[in-house]
Amino acid sequence: MARDKIRIGCGAGFADDRIPPGVEIVERGELDYLAMECLAERTIARETLDRAKDPTKGYTPVLLERMEAIMPPALWRGVKIVTNMGAANPMGAARVVRKHAPDWGCGDHTCAVVLGDDVADLMRAHPELPLMEDGAPLESLLPRMASANAYLGADVVAQALATGADLVITGRVADPALFLGPMLHAFGWSYDDYPKLANGTLAGHLLECSGQLTGGCFADPGRKEVPDLAGLGYPIADVWADGRVEIAKTPGSGGRLDIATCTEQLLYEMHDPSAYITPDCVLDVSAVTFRQINEDRVAFSGARGKPRTPTYKVVVGYFDGYMGAGEMGFAGINALARARLGIGVVQERLRRRGLTYQEMRTDLIGMNSLHGNDLNQCPEPYEVRLRIAARTPDRKAAEAVGAEVRSLHMQGPSGAGGGVNFGARQILAVKSVLIPREWVKPEIVPEVGGERAA
Amino acid sequence: MSVRVYDLAHARAGDKGNTSNISVIAYDDSGWQVLQRELTPSVVLAHFAHLTPGPVHRYELPQLRALNFVIENALGGGVTRSLAIDPHGKSLSALMLTITLPGHNERPPTTQPLPSPPPSPKV
Repeated sequence: MARDKIRIGCGAGFADDRIPPGVEIVERGELDYLAMECLAERTIARETLDRAKDPTKGYTPVLLERMEAIMPPALWRGVKIVTNMGAANPMGAARVVRKHAPDWGCGDHTCAVVLGDDVADLMRAHPELPLMEDGAPLESLLPRMASANAYLGADVVAQALATGADLVITGRVADPALFLGPMLHAFGWSYDDYPKLANGTLAGHLLECSGQLTGGCFADPGRKEVPDLAGLGYPIADVWADGRVEIAKTPGSGGRLDIATCTEQLLYEMHDPSAYITPDCVLDVSAVTFRQINEDRVAFSGARGKPRTPTYKVVVGYFDGYMGAGEMGFAGINALARARLGIGVVQERLRRRGLTYQEMRTDLIGMNSLHGNDLNQCPEPYEVRLRIAARTPDRKAAEAVGAEVRSLHMQGPSGAGGGVNFGARQILAVKSVLIPREWVKPEIVPEVGGERAA
Repeated sequence: MSVRVYDLAHARAGDKGNTSNISVIAYDDSGWQVLQRELTPSVVLAHFAHLTPGPVHRYELPQLRALNFVIENALGGGVTRSLAIDPHGKSLSALMLTITLPGHNERPPTTQPLPSPPPSPKV
């Protein structure tokens, strides 16, 4: 059915994003679609490990909590949901939602799942592929590989919506594609209509970090004010069939949507503004302008698109040892000297235990932990917090870092308080390769509760 | 008279791998003139030199009064393996704003062309 205009909201910009603002735009935003983006670069690697331990797991852990809040108001209003919370197991996500949905009054929903982004087998078959970071062959990572997922485009999202599903669950797709997909579906835009693809991709890019467009990540008291930041409203986009886009937030919601917030988000995680590569087009925002329409509404123009590249980008997650960390606080007279003594004591104790580390980092929180300031240029603070973090292939050596820091309470300098041992965590690092599009075979699979029926 | 970038602009930092990108957006035209003239890649690299050997690339969006700085090797080996307390470098926008520049009338407007940006990095 051809439509003239659709409205898409962003209900989540990362896995642990706040849930109520997404519910608010479903209830008050008069949406047609709600997209929720919940996959950071490496999260899917962790979820692939979950799947290895339990084949029913591997979806975004917050899936059920989010769906319980979002699905009832969305289905009631006919708002279609698109999300990448399938992570490493989109079908598992669909099945667990199916299992719980009756408890939420949503038992008769329809769902389509996008499969095919998991390309780990292709990686094993092509150890010669060069890594984008350093050109080295992929082979060196294969023994430690945890996951490999191609960033699929909006075409698969549109195909999934074409099944008539209320809910589309994907694994890895490019973040803007979660938004462009509904546009392709609703308007039937083609892949050689670059101005429309560019506008739709830019709308997705602006929306995909939820509240970062509407006043999050922006306030600086006395300089840049954001009204009712506590009640920050999440963004919605009105998209017309001719490619026109307006960004908005619901009237009365907190936050701020104007040229300043839009410009900051336009350039967020962007390198060359004339060549932002997505699976759907190469987006050029170098001539984009914004126009304020009213207090809660901004239009943009000037986005340009070039044809999509012949490749998919694949993010390969791999094990890179363990990281251990701990923190301890000091305050009052001579606090800095005591903190520095504490650092030296921990390092010496680790050394005498024969523990070695690939990399160790020490910070004095309150002085140099975020910007790496030269301590000689810093005024001495009233209180300071030492932090020690180290990376090692040996889990026990990683665990020792936080344990030695915490023991400064009793075996360290005078007045050591508020110690924390962060323990050891396994590091899942990522690198990337490009693969020809035709190697990837995405699949759209309706999920209709077949397990129960069978 | 010198001026802080903070007084002329707002900024946001994002991450990709081991690269930080920081937008710097002028509040008005006079601030834009100063930023465009004075906030060069080498000035930014000097301010971030204790964090990265560079390189730093600069892209201009004059219609938005915005500069986009792409600072390579700035995130402790990459978001996923960095030992830093802020592995994404989200706080680096605030470091950018602490740069001090020569003020409005200190130098005549340069007539030299800006260095061309490097070829687009493949993303």
